[in-house]
Amino acid sequence: MASIEFKQVVKRYGDSPPTVPGLDLHIRDGELMVLVGPSGCGKSTTLRMIAGLESVTSGELWIGDRLANQLPPKDRDVAMVFQNYALYPHMTVFENLAFGLRVRRQPQSLIKSRVEMAAESLGLGDLLARKPGQLSGGQCQRVALGRAMVRDPQVFLFDEPLSNLDAELRVQMRGNIGRLHRELATTSVYVTHDQVEAMTLGSRIAILNGGELMQVGTPMALYGDPDNVFVAGFMGAPPMNIVTVQNRGSGLKNSLVDLQRDGVEGLAGELLLGLRPEKLCHAAAAPAHWPRIRAAIEMVETLGAEMLVHLSVGGVQGDERMIARLPGLQLLTPGDSLELAFDPDAVYLFDAASHRRIRESRPVAVAEPC
Amino acid sequence: MRRILGDICSWRFAFLLFASAIVIYPLLWVVSLAFSGQQSLQLVVDPPDAGFWGQLAALVPLPEQWSLDNFRAVLTEQLFMRWLFNSLVVALSTTIVGLSLSCTAAYAFSRFSFPGRERGLMLFLISQMFPAVLMLIPLYVIVVQWLGLGNSWLGLVLVYSITALPFCVWMLKGYFDTLPYEIEESALLEGASRLQIFYRIILPLARPAIAVTGLFSFMTAWNEFILASIFMDDESRYTVPVGLRFFVSDYASDWGFFAAGSVLVSIPVILLFLALQRFLVSGLSAGAVKG
Repeated sequence: MASIEFKQVVKRYGDSPPTVPGLDLHIRDGELMVLVGPSGCGKSTTLRMIAGLESVTSGELWIGDRLANQLPPKDRDVAMVFQNYALYPHMTVFENLAFGLRVRRQPQSLIKSRVEMAAESLGLGDLLARKPGQLSGGQCQRVALGRAMVRDPQVFLFDEPLSNLDAELRVQMRGNIGRLHRELATTSVYVTHDQVEAMTLGSRIAILNGGELMQVGTPMALYGDPDNVFVAGFMGAPPMNIVTVQNRGSGLKNSLVDLQRDGVEGLAGELLLGLRPEKLCHAAAAPAHWPRIRAAIEMVETLGAEMLVHLSVGGVQGDERMIARLPGLQLLTPGDSLELAFDPDAVYLFDAASHRRIRESRPVAVAEPC
Repeated sequence: MRRILGDICSWRFAFLLFASAIVIYPLLWVVSLAFSGQQSLQLVVDPPDAGFWGQLAALVPLPEQWSLDNFRAVLTEQLFMRWLFNSLVVALSTTIVGLSLSCTAAYAFSRFSFPGRERGLMLFLISQMFPAVLMLIPLYVIVVQWLGLGNSWLGLVLVYSITALPFCVWMLKGYFDTLPYEIEESALLEGASRLQIFYRIILPLARPAIAVTGLFSFMTAWNEFILASIFMDDESRYTVPVGLRFFVSDYASDWGFFAAGSVLVSIPVILLFLALQRFLVSGLSAGAVKG
């Protein structure tokens, strides 16, 4: 096992602006670090730099105690699971699993025992004689996992390994990967654009945007204590409601929200207010001192146990919108008016210009139910 | 049933029948001539007062009597077996040399980025735009006068391999492009060298394209006449197409031997086609659609 360290790593293709403009990131020994971000944010490029499939333009990349900038992929002792499985179609499952050990000229007995162990662990025992073309998507991905496992590498790399699977299989494979990581405790780097995968799998999550590292932390730290608007919007589904409010010194106000607030006197005239959808609740059930929101229901997404209610305020400034996550089994009709309330302590404030978090003296009420 | 009958009576069927007849008739004529046991082009000797049906019957390519004499004579009394052997050596060597060169070149063009890559590919394409006859004189000068490889198998193999190279490289490159690059990246990470990846992963996966390209190389060398007739002086070094010419010349008109030889020459190609049949469809459409 090994830790991975990026020190001011830059990746640039030709004369174009850098894909990764200067990454500083430390991945601890034995942890599962999830790199997450929208398409084109540089997460796959970062992963491929660890694998040695992309060169490092400048900076230092350390794997364990070795500077890996010039190290060829085969000498990095890393194994990678690809999005499209990348199995060898002309080889059987056994040959696929054994390939890495065979090219490294390992003894036959070792190859056999390692392959059988991996196959048993992943439930591939009956499929060893089949070729990838005869397997389902989930089975192929398990073979790809097994192929990475048999070599017992220092680092596992996962490049969106579940993207090609259907929803049910994705949950199942997510469980498999999590279990494997707990059992093997091998340093792993996992790339995904799916924040649910990131939240459920990651020991820590690194959020990237436009090649820049937005924030690193445990899933709950990122969810409960985001550094900026991007992280606040990226973590959580549906994302955090962000609305522009005017700072009147004694409180914050827009067409949707009117919030009395101490300690905002010295801040800018325009701020961004963040509120998680689950922190909005029916006004009738809320304490009297909680601020109220009255808005028109624009759309209702019924999810069974809960529903997502899209709200908007008409009038001149009719561009403020919010989503509320409310208990299900209610009859809400688009066009009707709805009064909701929110806990003033569950509010996040961001600078409207820099989009950075303005940390107030009071803690944000993350855990308290609505 | 009615639909099938309708199809048979349609003008389309008639047209296809006519087109097929145009293709098959000369072949039937050659086969009949080969089995007729005679050297004359006329399979049926008409009486001088033959009527319409008699003349029509003379057009039907069926010999008056069937005989294997032409084959026996070609195989025993002539140098045909020697020529066949020469052709086989030249064609097989061309296939092996051509495939070795084109597989490696196509892989490099498909996977590596190097100066001159685009221009090299374009040059290959441009070389295919000129008629092959245009190269006769320079090739003769280079191969026979400079390299001294006239009248040798090696000279022919070199020329055939190299002239077929552009087509083979383009064909194989198109196929290699469709193979997912992640497979190679995965193998790289597993510790395989570029050469191991090429031999153990890429070549087995590219079998359909290699089969078609190999067949093309083999047929190019097997059927080629002009270059072989210029480079080869010694009768014992002739390839089959060159040898066949001497059955029908200013001094001889052994059409029967010529036809028997032609039938014999076709057999290896037919066998190759049958053996590689399952690869042909997938190989020919290779590169057309991204897999």
